[in-house]
Amino acid sequence: MNQVQTTLNMTNDGAPGTSDADLARRATLGDLDAFDALTNRHERRVYSLALRMLRQEQDAEDVTQQTFLSALENLAGFRGEASFSTWLLRIASHAALKVIRKRKGLRTVSLEEATEGTDDSDVIPHPEYIADWRQSPEELAQSNEVRRLLDEALGRLDEKHRLVFLLRDVQGLSVKETAEALGLTEANTKVRLLRARLHLRELLTRTLGDPARRLERPHDHPH
Amino acid sequence: MKCEELLAILNEYVDGTVDPAICDEFEKHIAGCNPCQVVVDNIRKTITLYKEGEPYDLPVEFHHRLHAALRRRWEETHH
Repeated sequence: MNQVQTTLNMTNDGAPGTSDADLARRATLGDLDAFDALTNRHERRVYSLALRMLRQEQDAEDVTQQTFLSALENLAGFRGEASFSTWLLRIASHAALKVIRKRKGLRTVSLEEATEGTDDSDVIPHPEYIADWRQSPEELAQSNEVRRLLDEALGRLDEKHRLVFLLRDVQGLSVKETAEALGLTEANTKVRLLRARLHLRELLTRTLGDPARRLERPHDHPH
Repeated sequence: MKCEELLAILNEYVDGTVDPAICDEFEKHIAGCNPCQVVVDNIRKTITLYKEGEPYDLPVEFHHRLHAALRRRWEETHH
């Protein structure tokens, strides 16, 4: 590997306006620069998903590398029905789930059994801190401090809630696909998703909510 | 509809998959219930923030290692 090539490749993410599908086609025909460009475009999203699922940098790196190696070897299998990014994130989440199963030493046991809890049938907790946020998500998304807050909040979720939220809401799988990936029933997936969404809303609103516009928690009223 | 009942179908409402008849009831409720309105809005923003937020940069050393590994594998599989 020569150093100059590596350095050049670092910044190559394809000509502006070149679609992922075009780059994938060129890569399938043997164009390494096109594959390199695809990697540069998507490696941050893949790494971030892996990091949020696994919460451990070394494992996130391993999963990221596995994901792109697998993409390289299976490019012909990318048919362009889903976006390239969806295809990659799907490979990444399956690889991350494998690591999680391995960690638990329960390779043959589903995540449902591995993470069985008693809270799924309990009453859903009421929202407590209710206030409009001071800034729009678009403004907030630019801030490193907010990104840290997002990760702290995710870290406070049980793994079983965190994984459902990441697969369904961040990666964009359907409830059915999320349930299948995690070995859960759809009903269980929905309950976990609701808990995750409510918990994250609560945690984020305590920091991002405008205290001057805080509202009392809802109570029974005849509407 | 009470706030608790609304909570039970919050997922479907946020995802736009709630039954239209129930959706009408849901909307009637939130039109008169500011806290529920804000909770729904907060949840939508929470999801957007996680989905659209800036991803992490790869550690530089790992970025190099990744591209080197991919190039190696490429050369193995394309010869």
